[in-house]
Amino acid sequence: MAQATRKKPFVTEADTAVEARTIAQSHFRTLRLGTPFQPRIDALGLKQDWYNWAGYRAPHSLWDEELEYFAIRSQAALFDISPMTKYRIEGPDAEAYLDRITLRDVTRLEPGRVHYTAWCDDEGFVLDDGTLFRLSPTRFRLCSQERHLPWLLDSGIGYEVSVEEETEAVAGLALQGPTSFAVLRDAGFAGVERLKVFDLAEFAHDDATVTISRTGFTGDLGYELFVPADKALSLWDRLMAAGELRGIRAIGYTALNRARLEAGLIIANADFATAEHAIRTDRLRMPDEIGLGFMVDPQKGHFNGRRAILEARAKKKLRHVLVGLEIEGNIPAEHAIVYYRRSQEVGLVSAAMWSPMAKRNIAIASLQRPYGDTIVDDFWVEIYAMRELQYQKLMKRAKVVQRPFIKLDRRTANPPADF
Amino acid sequence: MKAWDAIVIGGGHNGLVNACYLQRAGLNVLVVEKNDWVGGAATSRELTPGFLYSNCSYVCSLFRPEIMRDLELPRFGLQVISYEGGAVFTRDGDYLANYRDHDAHRREFARFSRRDAEAYDRYSRDVTRQCRFIQPLLMRTAPDPTSFKPRDLGELLYLGRKFAGLSAEEMALTLRFWTMSISDFLDEYFETDVIKANFALSGIIGTALGPMSPGTAYVLLHHYMGEVDGSVGAWGYARGGMGAVTKALAASFKASGGTIRTGAEVDRVLIRNGKAKGVVLAGGEEVYGKLVVSNADVKRTFLKLVEEKELPDTYLRRVRNFKIRGSSGKVNIALDSLPEFPALPKDSPVYRADMHFTDSIERMERAYDDWKAGRWSADPFLDMVIPTTLDPTMAPPGKHFMSCFVQYAPPKIDGRDWTDADRDGFTESVIAQIAEYSPGFRDRIVHMEVRTPREIEAEVGLTEGNIFQGELTFDQLLFNRPVPGYAQYRSPIGGLYMCGSSTHPGGGVMGAPGRNAAAEILRDLAKPTLHMSQAHDVI
Repeated sequence: MAQATRKKPFVTEADTAVEARTIAQSHFRTLRLGTPFQPRIDALGLKQDWYNWAGYRAPHSLWDEELEYFAIRSQAALFDISPMTKYRIEGPDAEAYLDRITLRDVTRLEPGRVHYTAWCDDEGFVLDDGTLFRLSPTRFRLCSQERHLPWLLDSGIGYEVSVEEETEAVAGLALQGPTSFAVLRDAGFAGVERLKVFDLAEFAHDDATVTISRTGFTGDLGYELFVPADKALSLWDRLMAAGELRGIRAIGYTALNRARLEAGLIIANADFATAEHAIRTDRLRMPDEIGLGFMVDPQKGHFNGRRAILEARAKKKLRHVLVGLEIEGNIPAEHAIVYYRRSQEVGLVSAAMWSPMAKRNIAIASLQRPYGDTIVDDFWVEIYAMRELQYQKLMKRAKVVQRPFIKLDRRTANPPADF
Repeated sequence: MKAWDAIVIGGGHNGLVNACYLQRAGLNVLVVEKNDWVGGAATSRELTPGFLYSNCSYVCSLFRPEIMRDLELPRFGLQVISYEGGAVFTRDGDYLANYRDHDAHRREFARFSRRDAEAYDRYSRDVTRQCRFIQPLLMRTAPDPTSFKPRDLGELLYLGRKFAGLSAEEMALTLRFWTMSISDFLDEYFETDVIKANFALSGIIGTALGPMSPGTAYVLLHHYMGEVDGSVGAWGYARGGMGAVTKALAASFKASGGTIRTGAEVDRVLIRNGKAKGVVLAGGEEVYGKLVVSNADVKRTFLKLVEEKELPDTYLRRVRNFKIRGSSGKVNIALDSLPEFPALPKDSPVYRADMHFTDSIERMERAYDDWKAGRWSADPFLDMVIPTTLDPTMAPPGKHFMSCFVQYAPPKIDGRDWTDADRDGFTESVIAQIAEYSPGFRDRIVHMEVRTPREIEAEVGLTEGNIFQGELTFDQLLFNRPVPGYAQYRSPIGGLYMCGSSTHPGGGVMGAPGRNAAAEILRDLAKPTLHMSQAHDVI
């Protein structure tokens, strides 16, 4: 056969998609993006202490992590949650679709409400947890730590629903703390006092709409605000101006992380490994193994992972349990090994701190059943506290306790208190 | 009449690794190399004044760190310069880059498909799971499943336990990985042509199969093996070209007292009473050795260096049928200035990384169709690097060396040998492709070396020019590589061993076959192997 000659393979016609792609090439020069609030955060980020949150430059701490924490508990704290992954899910089948893929009963989630939920793969292993906002009968927003677009799209086959990632388009702020309600009211968001916990409503802002929900990650009175990216700065300024006399402060992740631990909340890929990222298959977890069993609703119709989860329950195949621990003393037990009767290794602490609110040494730990499940006494943690280049090894008694570690009435009080 | 303790035929990287380990165990070892230089397929040659050519292998990632450490290669001058990723140019004037930063990588993919950008995590999880399963096997001798020796049973048990330790999902994935085509495998994760092409290229390099041929998914794994548990990490350029790897090996070998004879081509292995006694060089000189190790591929070793009558007929037939089909060529180019690619921003790290022009699996498969028809690809697949963007020692200031790995090139053209005219046609298919993406490229060319399978076989000694000394398909792996029953570096001839890429775990500048063969030889000699590091842990 004769040698073929080469044909020029170029496509000649211009294409707007190609143009948009080409414009986006330059991202390689900025490995960590700024969020829509970045100009304000940079101005306040006196410590220049950044970390990578899903490709964004986010602050560990802005000026003083202790004071940032106390802003959450005593004043009002502003935390930029824009890097959180957000999906817009819309269509006549959106409710049925979300009911099919998430653990909780979405048909009972009314428009104007939010619920904390989780979703699993076919084997019943948790892909992620997150919050589902019902913005209208047919429109939802799903917020999560990890990214799930292929899974969400593939799961949508057969449903009249559209799924779009809107992380970059929508800026998010958490306003948390006892004075947060007063700040919003003073900023002129009339009617915000009517929001009960897990309610959401839309408010006018700068010729656009801001969605405010009474939700948060602190166990305190607090709100989350979502706004189109181009209205982010004016929203920030509006809140900061209104909150000046109520002690409003911008905060970084370290402070928020303390508050969430006091509230007993878990973080994907910190307290458990998500199913699409776990390289080692024994790290996968079912909802019952990370304290999310309460979400599983066997009464509702079929949902992803249902059969596997119910079978694991029936055949007692659940191998782990996530518990709250109260540890004697005051030295945090971060990543300590948990022992039964001081010698038998039964689990690992995933998060720990001295709680300034509870005045207790608290921790979240994963234990191997039956420890933490039917056997709940005689646990010990081995703390390796590095002090001036020496480990001070401590063996401390740990007690299984209910989460949250602190319960604040102001979180749920109606109407919210005017601090 | 002196008899060496061991004679290693061929000074390629595996021959040298093997020789180093034997010499360090106290043996008196001679390496005989037909060329006037050592290196085999890992060489740096000054083919035009001022330019060093990595004229066969061209990047470094798979070389086992345990071997680098044992043989003190950094001390003997080896430096590997990591590079930052790579790109596929698209026909619409854009490109798809791979960046080392996870988020930059995702954003880059999202320019083409947000869905595929997010699918990468699951893909990378599955590939990593498989690499973790296979990587520990690289530095172990494959068990003989028909043997009842305690060690073989132990190794089989190890393999069985590793497999049994997998979840049902992983077992399914493992079987799929070892049998699927890379195209089908990628379809499970991605839907964008250029993104699939970007990953598929690792599935076809060095293999006479197309991206739609079953078995190519494993070839991809083989290329990812260097990246598990941080043992090596990124792909890199050996400073001074790939010859720096074998130069360091040769220096290490000599420092431990080894002897190398270059310009000494072996005509045949000297066999008496079914036992190797040495080698006969091309001039007729006989060199005696208590054992002989061949770094040459299995076909060259047993069809050219050993007389047929010495071999059992089944063995002979299996060696003849071993798949070692030539599929690629090399175009090595000296340039008087850095080529420009208008699609790439001038400050793009891609200039320092690997570049490709085949932006769909369809195009790759069409390129393979040409191979099947016995001709070089009209629209070839190129793996192109310009190492001088990171290594100034290989070219005069401002000038550059470019290495183009070219696929597909058949071992024979339409059933006959390659001619010089064929080679020129092959060259033109490559230069024309580059020039379409890089205006003025032809004018920058100072010198060129073109190697079709004909030149690779004649000059390097790789049968049919196959870079892996035999294809990495499941039927030719583990205890079937190269021949069932002879996967443990031994042969039907007493005292004749193999240590090249034809043996487990296969090709690439990895060094594992050379090391594993040394371990087997020392076992036969009842010599200690304390100077050989254990394989890195995968936990």
